[in-house]
Amino acid sequence: MSAISDTIDVAGRNLRTLFRTPQALIFATIQPVIFVLLFRYAFGGAIRVPGEDYVDYLMPGIFAQSVAFGAIGTAVGLSADLRSGILVRFRTLPMARIAVLGGRTLADLARNLLVVAVMIGVGFAVGFRSANGAPGLLAALALIVVFAYAVSWGFAALGLRVSDPEAAQAASVPVVFLLVFTSAAFVPASAMPGWLQAFGTHQPVNALISAERALITGGPAARDVLVCLAWSAGMLLVFALLAARTYARMGR
Amino acid sequence: MEGHAVEADGLRKAFGAVTALDGLSLAAPAGSVLGLLGPNGSGKTTTVSILSTSLRPDAGRATVCGLDVVADAARVRRVIGFAGQFAAVDPNLTGRENLTLIGRLSRVGRKQARVRAGELLDGFGLGAAADRLVRTYSGGMRRRLDVAAALLHRPPVLFLDEPTTGLDLESRVTLWDSVRELSRSGTTVLLTTQYLEEADALADQVVIISAGRVADTGTPAELKARFGTVVFRLGFGGQVAAEAADKALAAAGYRPDRDGADVQVRSATGSGALPAVLRALDGKALDPVSVAVREPSLDDVFLCLTRGSDG
Repeated sequence: MSAISDTIDVAGRNLRTLFRTPQALIFATIQPVIFVLLFRYAFGGAIRVPGEDYVDYLMPGIFAQSVAFGAIGTAVGLSADLRSGILVRFRTLPMARIAVLGGRTLADLARNLLVVAVMIGVGFAVGFRSANGAPGLLAALALIVVFAYAVSWGFAALGLRVSDPEAAQAASVPVVFLLVFTSAAFVPASAMPGWLQAFGTHQPVNALISAERALITGGPAARDVLVCLAWSAGMLLVFALLAARTYARMGR
Repeated sequence: MEGHAVEADGLRKAFGAVTALDGLSLAAPAGSVLGLLGPNGSGKTTTVSILSTSLRPDAGRATVCGLDVVADAARVRRVIGFAGQFAAVDPNLTGRENLTLIGRLSRVGRKQARVRAGELLDGFGLGAAADRLVRTYSGGMRRRLDVAAALLHRPPVLFLDEPTTGLDLESRVTLWDSVRELSRSGTTVLLTTQYLEEADALADQVVIISAGRVADTGTPAELKARFGTVVFRLGFGGQVAAEAADKALAAAGYRPDRDGADVQVRSATGSGALPAVLRALDGKALDPVSVAVREPSLDDVFLCLTRGSDG
């Protein structure tokens, strides 16, 4: 039980910190808004997607992009705690070991949810509609949250290995870029060369986007949702073990 | 051993090719203040990290209140307080929020954490700033809050890693008072410092460490008798005269150190010994061109230690 209350205490601390340094939160929101505006109005006219409005194609990609970029915050936050000495203090306290990572990923889950909620609002403002209505959109949101939580653990493991927030940022960005921009977030995969398509359509961010699109715009969704859940469960298992092991081995 | 709140035996720790601790042993009797004195890189922080369970030794053994710091780490954490070299408080929380959080994580219970936070904030002179964000605190205030954070659960053993490094004189004296008060109330304190003066002011027993080993140990009075309470620096304007003065002083029973055109002499009896030192040079045409009196620094102690018995 103490593991849960410790996790909530640490998450509470992280959320307070987040809202008291709103610049980070504001930039985390502005960036996807700019992407929405760019792709909706600057590039969108040149991108052909069969059978639907580009804005409806775009927004699921934006949601996935938002949480993928949001995961960088997990790495940056943990490495900042590592550098400031707060993690050393936590390791000398009789608290539950897992609460440091559990609290960080829980707080980042709340942050991701907030950013995605803002992006849904922005999407509606620029003409996005869910063909499947609110149930489809809410189901997609649930999937996004599960996915974001799993990815966050991966970046937690990364953040614990670099004791410098700038290095954590620099190490995270290429991974996120690679996954987001090889996926079908902004352009259909069919526009990519075969070798890139093979990678782009078989990676987790793309799995999330496919499942979201199926849930939001209709059509058979079961397979895509299952693939996305499988990716999320796999990543959560592997990354959580990796992060917990990294944390346990610190100071050896 | 009976009665030792902290005990370390043959601790070794290497970081890659760098040996941080090379067989360090120490013991702090319950209720005492042990000062770990040494320059940067001597292994002070490594020692405290191992004793406070955030680092594992490669070899050797250490106990706190009889509990092994590796095998019984979880129980050790309930009896220790730790304040590291960098004030590990969250700048985006208020002083009160910081202490309440650490209190809850220190298992003192929700209500008790709030009560203790209030007591400690007042006790450390932070009552007026309790509800301000820590990012608005001065360095001295942060450090005091950091020490307060180590005390939420009233630990019988407290580790302080260079608690006053970078602090102004006033903040330093305030912190010293807090340490003395904790010691009076029965807390065993192990603190590291680079300042001889600080070890002298606070410690019952001083352990001098160098290159990961104990170089010397004793009470501040014993160390002062050995290393002197003041250092006279006599300038002779030239190396030849300085060499002659060095010989004359050695012949008179002093243990001088020559440094270029200067000669240094330590005294265990304070600056009153100066006339006698000067008299040893009388009638040899060796009048110093300058005389400076200063307190011995850590450098002097190490100079003395590394010269060993030949000095």
